[in-house]
Amino acid sequence: MTTVISVPPSLDEHTFEHVIEQLAIAPEGSKILLDARHARWASPYGLTALLCVAQARPERIGFAVPEHPETVSYWSRTGFFRHAAELYELHGSVPRAREAHESDVLLEITPITKSDDVHGVVGRIQQKAADILHGQLNLETAVTGSFGMALSESCQNIVEHAGLGGWVAVQTYKYTRRLGRRVVVIAVCDAGVGFRKSLESSPGHRQKDRWDDAMALEDAVLRAVSRFRHGDAGRGQGLAGIRRFVGRWHGKLTVRSGTARIGIVPEWDEDVPMTEGLPYFPGAQMQIIIPERVGDAPARARGSTTSSRGRSRF
Amino acid sequence: MHIDVGTVLRGTVCDLYSNLVTRPTGAAVRTAIERQVTEIGAPVVTTIDFSQVNLLDFSCADEIVAKLLLRYTSDGGPPGFLTFRGIHEGHIDPIETVLERHALALVSWHEGEAELFGYVDDDERDHWIVVRDAGPVAAEAVAQTLGVTVSFAEAQLARLVHRRLVMRSDDGYAVPGVVHGSSGPLPGNGQAVQ
Repeated sequence: MTTVISVPPSLDEHTFEHVIEQLAIAPEGSKILLDARHARWASPYGLTALLCVAQARPERIGFAVPEHPETVSYWSRTGFFRHAAELYELHGSVPRAREAHESDVLLEITPITKSDDVHGVVGRIQQKAADILHGQLNLETAVTGSFGMALSESCQNIVEHAGLGGWVAVQTYKYTRRLGRRVVVIAVCDAGVGFRKSLESSPGHRQKDRWDDAMALEDAVLRAVSRFRHGDAGRGQGLAGIRRFVGRWHGKLTVRSGTARIGIVPEWDEDVPMTEGLPYFPGAQMQIIIPERVGDAPARARGSTTSSRGRSRF
Repeated sequence: MHIDVGTVLRGTVCDLYSNLVTRPTGAAVRTAIERQVTEIGAPVVTTIDFSQVNLLDFSCADEIVAKLLLRYTSDGGPPGFLTFRGIHEGHIDPIETVLERHALALVSWHEGEAELFGYVDDDERDHWIVVRDAGPVAAEAVAQTLGVTVSFAEAQLARLVHRRLVMRSDDGYAVPGVVHGSSGPLPGNGQAVQ
């Protein structure tokens, strides 16, 4: 018998939970078909997380591609099918792979398995990111470097902690439902060991009375704990830096791992800071959203002036 | 001695890279810098130049800036002083973050002026500024400027010397990278005191 898992028409970090819920109750070893025929839209998080579904199960999963030509064309431009073809048994018509030319696909879905991949991603995106962040999202030029830094550090989490390759994608689009403004979105997803197991592997890890995925996420995201901190005090700064970057530009950061999801939630969003008891999904799935600046209101760097060169310069 | 980090990056890791990202890259660049310093024989002042580096992430800031400074300020570390130049707006956040994490500070040269970045308390900062503005200067003169006792000023200056933020010579205390006897600081590429 085949377990059919429906992919929601609109696939983002919230609706992806429906996919995980269905996957969690599919018997081990059963034949699975991911049915995306009625999908119309997917965020970078949705697409990269879909690739992780294939990595999360030992059996090769079937994948029914979207029926709508615009959807299938767009997913193709993001590079989704190129990678999905290696992971899934595809059902349906898929356009021939081609390079992404659309300006909204800032970085098509890119595999991350080693440090060189991070160099490649950061190098490829730089000029385009500057154009979009400054030109389209009306952010100060200082955002470009921080954006590259956040991208680099989030991808390095895969290389250093996942134990399995993952995916990154960057896209800009109008975030109509929650914000009514353009945003740039970084999605970095893997189906590796996840934060809890990564931190447990540290020689300095001490089991606490309460220790679970939520605690592990709090340690990593809020307290900059890393499995490498034992003997190297400099480790664990990447996620802390991403958190500061997101705060500075009034953005949103969410990280899902195992059965929990933590969020650094800005004033424009109604998400919750922590969700526990989610159906288990391996690895870590991260999303960073930076919104367009409208007028003088949000997304202004703290203490930013044209002559500012640092907060403790003397 | 002047070390161009961008050149080290391209010569050590990949000649196509202009971004200092990922921890292995940072470790490779730091190792190459340490090798150059060892081969030359620990000059008085070594200037680490970031002007050809486009992007610097936290991992590389930690591997290069923090670990070099930790080595220099540790007991038994190499003699001499490290200064930095070419630190631009985009480098400041990762550099200051790692400096604060390790309770470190550094001297950076920007447009002919020395700047102090990182973790320093108010007394250290006040004494450092006097040395920068008046150096080479004796402890007595620093004490007089700040209105503190000479012994207090000497203690603060000793801390700054230990942290390699100030250098001591026969003429008094000066910020690393200043040419003795000149009317102003020396900002030039590779022209720091050797």
